[in-house]
Amino acid sequence: HQVLRIVPTNDEELQKVQELQDLEELQLDFWLSPRGPGYAVDVRVPFPSLQPLKAHLEANGISYSIMIEDVQALVDHERMEMLRSRRQLPLSTSTFDYATYHSLDEIYAFMDLLVAENPNLVSKLEIGRSTENRPLYVLKFSKGGTNRPAIWIDTGIHSREWVTQASGVWFAKKIVLDHESDQGLASILDRMDIFLEIVTNPDGFVFTQTQNRMWRKTRSKRSGSVCVGVDPNRNWDAGFGGPGASGNPCSETYHGPYANSEPEVKAIVDFVNNHGNIKAFVSIHSYSQLLLYPYGYTSTPAPDQHELHQISEKAVAALSSLYGTKYKYGSIITTIYQASGGTIDWTYDQGIKYSFTFELRDTGRYGFLLPAKQIVPTAEETWLALKVIMLHARDHLY
Amino acid sequence: AAMELPPSSYPASRAASLVAGYACYRRGGPGRGLALRAVRRAAIQDIDDVGHKYHLELVLEDMLDKDSTVNCTAEVLYHLGNKNIAPDVQFTIEGELKNTDEADNVFYKRIKSLEKELVAENIPDSHGNVSPEMEPIRLLAWVASGYVIWQNSTENTNFRLAQIKHVKQVKRSDEYLEFDYMILLHEMVSQEIIPWQMTVLWHPQHGVQVTQDSRQPKHASE
Repeated sequence: HQVLRIVPTNDEELQKVQELQDLEELQLDFWLSPRGPGYAVDVRVPFPSLQPLKAHLEANGISYSIMIEDVQALVDHERMEMLRSRRQLPLSTSTFDYATYHSLDEIYAFMDLLVAENPNLVSKLEIGRSTENRPLYVLKFSKGGTNRPAIWIDTGIHSREWVTQASGVWFAKKIVLDHESDQGLASILDRMDIFLEIVTNPDGFVFTQTQNRMWRKTRSKRSGSVCVGVDPNRNWDAGFGGPGASGNPCSETYHGPYANSEPEVKAIVDFVNNHGNIKAFVSIHSYSQLLLYPYGYTSTPAPDQHELHQISEKAVAALSSLYGTKYKYGSIITTIYQASGGTIDWTYDQGIKYSFTFELRDTGRYGFLLPAKQIVPTAEETWLALKVIMLHARDHLY
Repeated sequence: AAMELPPSSYPASRAASLVAGYACYRRGGPGRGLALRAVRRAAIQDIDDVGHKYHLELVLEDMLDKDSTVNCTAEVLYHLGNKNIAPDVQFTIEGELKNTDEADNVFYKRIKSLEKELVAENIPDSHGNVSPEMEPIRLLAWVASGYVIWQNSTENTNFRLAQIKHVKQVKRSDEYLEFDYMILLHEMVSQEIIPWQMTVLWHPQHGVQVTQDSRQPKHASE
């Protein structure tokens, strides 16, 4: 069987293609149905129908290309690959493959495994539900106490930034592995709790795996626009709606109808407010290799700019020490662009002094499509920077 | 008078990025791509009624050999007002770039001798994989995208090639290789992913040429 791609260029051709759907004897299987002129139509064609179909298309001057030469070959190959990598849910976090990208189900299963294996250290909290009603989970790492001062880390708020969710999974395991053996981490956990939200935008994440690898925003729909989604990093109540975000629902930086309109954002806002004792907040993105601190929405320097700059310098040096990866650092507005309604501007203005954003590897060679073999090195070096920030918070509790 | 800019500031980064893309277009090929490694110095000059001129000292790296770097000095003039004029870019590269004649000829012969035109999709794929046979095709797209990026850059843009959605070889009767690419550009200031079509010609002795390019509408597949 072959899969052909037909692109009707006008209504006449479109109609001819649509008529094919009624010819049952051809047993055509449309993978992409006719939608309109200019839109690709993909159709799987059984061998006996190939000749007649191609003849029909050619007679009508409709161009097509062969997308898949041999469907069976692909199916056989995939079956072989699947047997090889045994994509069953792993039985423990020791057999989990950290050097590959995982589905949402796999990550959620990993979380449950981690909690089950370390019930005295790790617990899972549901802080809300996404637009498409997926649970929003946060892992809590705690050695006890009540409402200890805490560190928050989130990954995957922009769904296409896959190295971040993958790093979040690695961080979770790293905390469990090192919480007694690593002096720095042990001392942090003696006084503070760590909260980690690995898939901060699960709807977007699933969309990047099923429909559009480059999807960034949430998946909220609003009447009045055909476009979907709000940029969750423009939806916070800090300079909301100001320059540096878009009021156009079709834009990648659409701020949304009002601050905290997105349940994914609201859940974190409510969590932070209810907790009341978060001292450091780190939101992780990719790509560009930057460590950033507030502000994005205004060029007024943050009152703690000097201290934040010094911490950044140390953190970046620690990161670089592992593989030589070079990072730049500074305030959001001077280093990348003006951006309003951003996460760490809000957390900083709430009084969380140690608010930082990372942009992880790389600088554009692969961009969002970072090869899986770079996941672990990226997570390892970033962890060193995170420890600098966490240790500083621990030593300068306020 | 030129005013110094912090090398890590975004105006410097954007201008530097543009230079790298342009230099890559002028000097690159399927066997060599140039990327921005670091900004050493940057200064901006406001020229009345003309535009903004950036003076840059950069380090560029060979994409196939990260340890191979060259210094580059450049000037970028972004024209005032009319956004349809590409910025003027002048650059000088200090030192020699690696010779890629052998790799170029191997690639050239390989493509010329294909019975069926080369067709490929999604390079890199979702997981960042690029098969070895596709590396030169990918590098060629990177080089050619430098032209498209140069033509469409302003002080408010910072483009990267995000992915090759589709590439199709077009057989020619002359000595050139021709490829029809559909690429995705990532514009980092607006964060938009922009589909762009480009027709690319290449010959080992004649370098890379973009003979046709056009911005494509974003599909409602979102």
